[in-house]
Amino acid sequence: MIDNGLPEGWELVVGLEVHVELATKTKLFSGSPNRFGDEPNTNIDPVTLGLPGALPVLNQHAVELAMRIGLALNCTVKPSTFHRKNYFYPDLSKAYQITQYDEPLNVDGFLMLPGGVRIGVERAHMEEDTGKSTHFGGAGGRIHGSDYSLIDFNRAGVPLVEIVSHPDVRTAEQARQYVNELRAILVAVGASDAKMEEGSMRCDANVSVRKYGAELGTRCEIKNVNSVRSLGKAIEYEARRQIDVLETGGTIRQETRHWDETDGRTHTLRAKVDANDYRYFLEPDLVMLAPDAEWVERVRAALPVLPAARRTNLAVLTGAEEDSEAIAVVVERGQDTYIEEVKNAGGDAGRALVWVQQSFAEEGNAPRLPAKDLAALTVLERDGKLTATQAKTVLGDMLEAGGGDPAAIAASKGFEALDTSVIEGFVDEGIAAQPDAWAKYCAGEEKAMGALVGTIMKLSKGKADGKVVTAILQQRRNG
Amino acid sequence: MSNFSTATSIAHNVASGAQSAASVVEEHLQRIGQREEEVHAFNLVTSAEARERAADIDARIARGENIGPLAGVPIALKDNMCTRGVPTTCSSKILEGWKPPYNATVVDKLFAAGAVFVGKTNLDEFAMGSSTENSAFGPTRNPLDTSRVPGGSSGGSAAAVAAGFAAVSLGSDTGGSIRQPAALCGVVGVKPTYGLVSRYGLVAFASSLDQIGPFSHSVADAALLTEVIAGHDPMDSTSIPKPAPSLVSVLGRGVEGMRIGRVADLPEGADADVLARLDAAFVALEKAGATIVDVKLPSLSYALTAYYLIAPAEASSNLARYDGVRYGNRVAANDMNNMYADTRAAGFGDEVKRRIMLGTYALSAGYYDAYYGKALKVRRLISNDFAAAYANADVILTPTSPTVAFPFGAKTDDPLTMYLCDIFTIPTNLAGHPAMSVPFGTGQANMPVGVQILAPTLGEEAMFKVAAVLESAA
Repeated sequence: MIDNGLPEGWELVVGLEVHVELATKTKLFSGSPNRFGDEPNTNIDPVTLGLPGALPVLNQHAVELAMRIGLALNCTVKPSTFHRKNYFYPDLSKAYQITQYDEPLNVDGFLMLPGGVRIGVERAHMEEDTGKSTHFGGAGGRIHGSDYSLIDFNRAGVPLVEIVSHPDVRTAEQARQYVNELRAILVAVGASDAKMEEGSMRCDANVSVRKYGAELGTRCEIKNVNSVRSLGKAIEYEARRQIDVLETGGTIRQETRHWDETDGRTHTLRAKVDANDYRYFLEPDLVMLAPDAEWVERVRAALPVLPAARRTNLAVLTGAEEDSEAIAVVVERGQDTYIEEVKNAGGDAGRALVWVQQSFAEEGNAPRLPAKDLAALTVLERDGKLTATQAKTVLGDMLEAGGGDPAAIAASKGFEALDTSVIEGFVDEGIAAQPDAWAKYCAGEEKAMGALVGTIMKLSKGKADGKVVTAILQQRRNG
Repeated sequence: MSNFSTATSIAHNVASGAQSAASVVEEHLQRIGQREEEVHAFNLVTSAEARERAADIDARIARGENIGPLAGVPIALKDNMCTRGVPTTCSSKILEGWKPPYNATVVDKLFAAGAVFVGKTNLDEFAMGSSTENSAFGPTRNPLDTSRVPGGSSGGSAAAVAAGFAAVSLGSDTGGSIRQPAALCGVVGVKPTYGLVSRYGLVAFASSLDQIGPFSHSVADAALLTEVIAGHDPMDSTSIPKPAPSLVSVLGRGVEGMRIGRVADLPEGADADVLARLDAAFVALEKAGATIVDVKLPSLSYALTAYYLIAPAEASSNLARYDGVRYGNRVAANDMNNMYADTRAAGFGDEVKRRIMLGTYALSAGYYDAYYGKALKVRRLISNDFAAAYANADVILTPTSPTVAFPFGAKTDDPLTMYLCDIFTIPTNLAGHPAMSVPFGTGQANMPVGVQILAPTLGEEAMFKVAAVLESAA
C-alpha cells in the first residue's frame, strides 16, 4: 500500500484539471495579440468584445499546439466540435464560452510520472479564456458587495487547452509530480510557457477519499491553487477534512471549494445544486475541426524528444541516477544538450552535470560558456590537476568572462595540483592531530572520516584533492 | 414590375455618364421625403452621406474611373447589418444609439461595387416577426396599402424598394424574413444558399439559419446583387469556400426541359387566391417548356415546430450578450443580477423575450433531448426529404406566404397565427437551401402574390432561370 500520509485504511483519489494558455501570437478566434501584461483593454477587437455581428474564426496555430499537447500525452487526435457554454458574467463578453464538449480534439492518453506511475489522460480539449475582473471596495475582491468592478478583456479569447486526468492520482506527491511533469512537457513541445504564477497554467483538483476497496467517494473540486506547492497542501488538507467528516458520521457534499493560501484551508465556493445549467449546444458559427491524418502525422513527427526520454538519455550520459535532482533540474532548464556538447568536446559528463546544476541556473537552454571550455575544466578536475574547490573558483571566472582557458586561469591563481607524496604528508599530520577520529574511523565509524578530511584539507590550504585524501585514508585503514 | 428604375439600368446609366449618381440619389431622397413619414421604412435615412458618396462617384466617373457593377445605385440596408460609425439598432431599444466600429462584409462589398447607401431599414426587433409590428420604433407600412403590413422581419427593406426609396435593398432571412415581405410588397426577394453570403457583421438571430439576401424590382437586379454580395469570406467560418456564382448570365436561358416540383402533400393553410396564382405559375412554366413533377415532402408539417425550437434556442444564446456591460443601454441596479435583469427587461420587447424564454427552456438540462434534440432530428429528416425530392425535380414551387398582406393588428394577439406566416418559407432555412419569391400577379384586395422557387444547395442558377421566366409571364 502506498504511503499517502492519511490515517490507516484511507485511500486518496485525485483527478486533475489543468488549464494551459497556448503560446500563440494571436487569440483563438480573432487576430488580436495573445500577450500577457499589456495595458488593459488594448488587445481587443469586435470578436473579443462579443460585439453584435462578430464571428469567430479558429486559429490554426492554436490547433497545432493543442495537437502537440495531445500527441505528447499519447492521446488520439479525433475529429472534434465546439460548443457554447452559456452563462452570464461581466467578463464573459458573449455570455457564452466557446469550448469543446462531447467531442474533444485529444482523447485517451496518459502521462508517466518520473517514478513510473501511469496517470491516464481522459482528454485535452480546446477552449477560449475569459476576460479578467477586478472588484474594488466592499467585499474583499468578490463582485458581490463590491463598490465597482473593472474588466480587462486582453485575456478574453486567449487559447486554452484543458487537460483532464483520470482519477488515477493517489498521493499529494504524485499530484505535484504530475503537474511538474506536465509543465515540462508543455514547455518542451513549445505549446505554452506554463507559468502558474502568471496564470498561464492553472490547476484544479478533484479530491475524494475512500476506504481501500470501496466505491469512489463523493468528490470536491478545489480551485484557486496557484503553485505546485499549494496543490500538494490543498490536497492534503482537503483529504483530511473529508476523512474527519466521514469518520464523525457525516457525508461529503459535492461542491466546489476555494483554497485559501493564507489560512491553509479550503472553503465552500458553491454547492453542486447551485451549479449553472450551461445549456451546451453545438456552436453554429464554427464548423467541425477534423485535422487530416497527414497533418496529425506531421505534428507528431515534429515533436521534440520529451523530458522523460531526455532524463534517461542524460542519466546514461552522465552516470547519474535517472530520478536524481540534478537530472531533473538540468533537463527542465533544457541544458541537457549542452552537457552532451561538453561530452563531445572531450569533457567529463558527470562533472559537467554537477557544474551545470550548481552554477548555470541563470544560463537558460543555451549557456554562453563554450562547451569546450567547460570540457577542459572537467578534464583538469578528472586528472587531479584541480580540486573541486579550485575548479569552482575557475568556473566562476569563466562564467563571468563568458569563456576562457581554465588551465591558464588556474595558473594565474597559483592553483597547482599537489603531488600525492605531498598529500601523504598532510595526511600524516592530520591523523596525528585527530587521534580520536582516526581510532573511530578505524573501528568502522565512517562518519569520523569527515573530521579527518576537514583537518587535512585545512592543513593543505585547500590545495589537496578531497578525493585523493579519502582514497589515502581508506588505503591506510585497510592496509 | 413597378415603374421605378432598376439597379441594372441605373448602374448602366451612371457608368456611361447618361445620368449622374447625384441626380439618382436626389430622385430617391425626394420620394423618401414624400412618403417616408407615412411608410416608415427607415430607422435612419443617411441623406448627407448618400449625397457625398454620389458626388464622389460622379467625380470619379468624370476622371474615367471604373466604379463597379452597382455604380450610383441607391441601396437600403436592414438595420441589423453593421455599418461603421452609423447606428445599428436591430429595431431594439437595447441597442439604441450603438455605433459599430466596423462594417459587415456585405457593406464593404457593396461599397466596393459603387453602391450608395441611403439608410438603415426597420425590422421586427432582432428580426423576430413576420409583420414588422415588433419594431421598438413603430411598424413599417405596406406602400401598396398603408393599412396593411409589409411583412417581416425585413419589412423596412421590402417597403423601401416597393416605395421607390431605394433601387435595391438587403434583408436577412432566418425563416422567411426576406421572401415573405417581398411577396407582401410585390418585389423580388432572395434567400441564397446558407454560406453563400458572409454573415460577418450581420447581428445574429439564429446563426445556423440566418442568411443575407437582396430585395429588388427585377429578377436581373436580384441576380446582380447576389453576385456582388456572394463569395467566400475568411471572417465567416460557415462561408462556402467557393467564388460567387455567375447568375445574371443565365437569366435568358429559359426553362426548356427543366423539371419543376409540385409538392403533393403541401401543408394546408394557404388562401385560395394564393393557390390560384401558384397554379398559374405552373401553367406558365409548362408553357415555357418545363415539365411539372409531383414530389413529396412528408416532414414539412413538422418544420414550423422544429424551427420554433432551433431558432429560439440559438437566439437565447446569441442575445445573451446584451447585458448592459459593454455597450447599448444599461439600467443601473443595486447588484449585478438585477442590472442584467432590469437592463434586459427594459431593453427587449415581448416577442424577443418570448423567444429567449422558449429557447432557454428548450436547451435546459432535462428538456434538451425532448425539445432541441428532437428538433435537430426533424431538421435532418427535412433535409433527407428535400434530397429525395430533388432527385426528381430541379426546383420546387410553393406559395411564399399563405396570404396576401394583412391589416395591422390582425395577427398580433396570438403569436402562433403570426408564426404560421412562415410555414412555406421555414423549411428552406432548416435545409440551408436557396429560395426566392417572385411577384406573380395579385390576389385579394388587389394585393400582390409571390410565388416561391426552392432549389437545392447552390442551385441558384436553376432558381434564377425559373424566376426570369415567371417574371416575364407575370
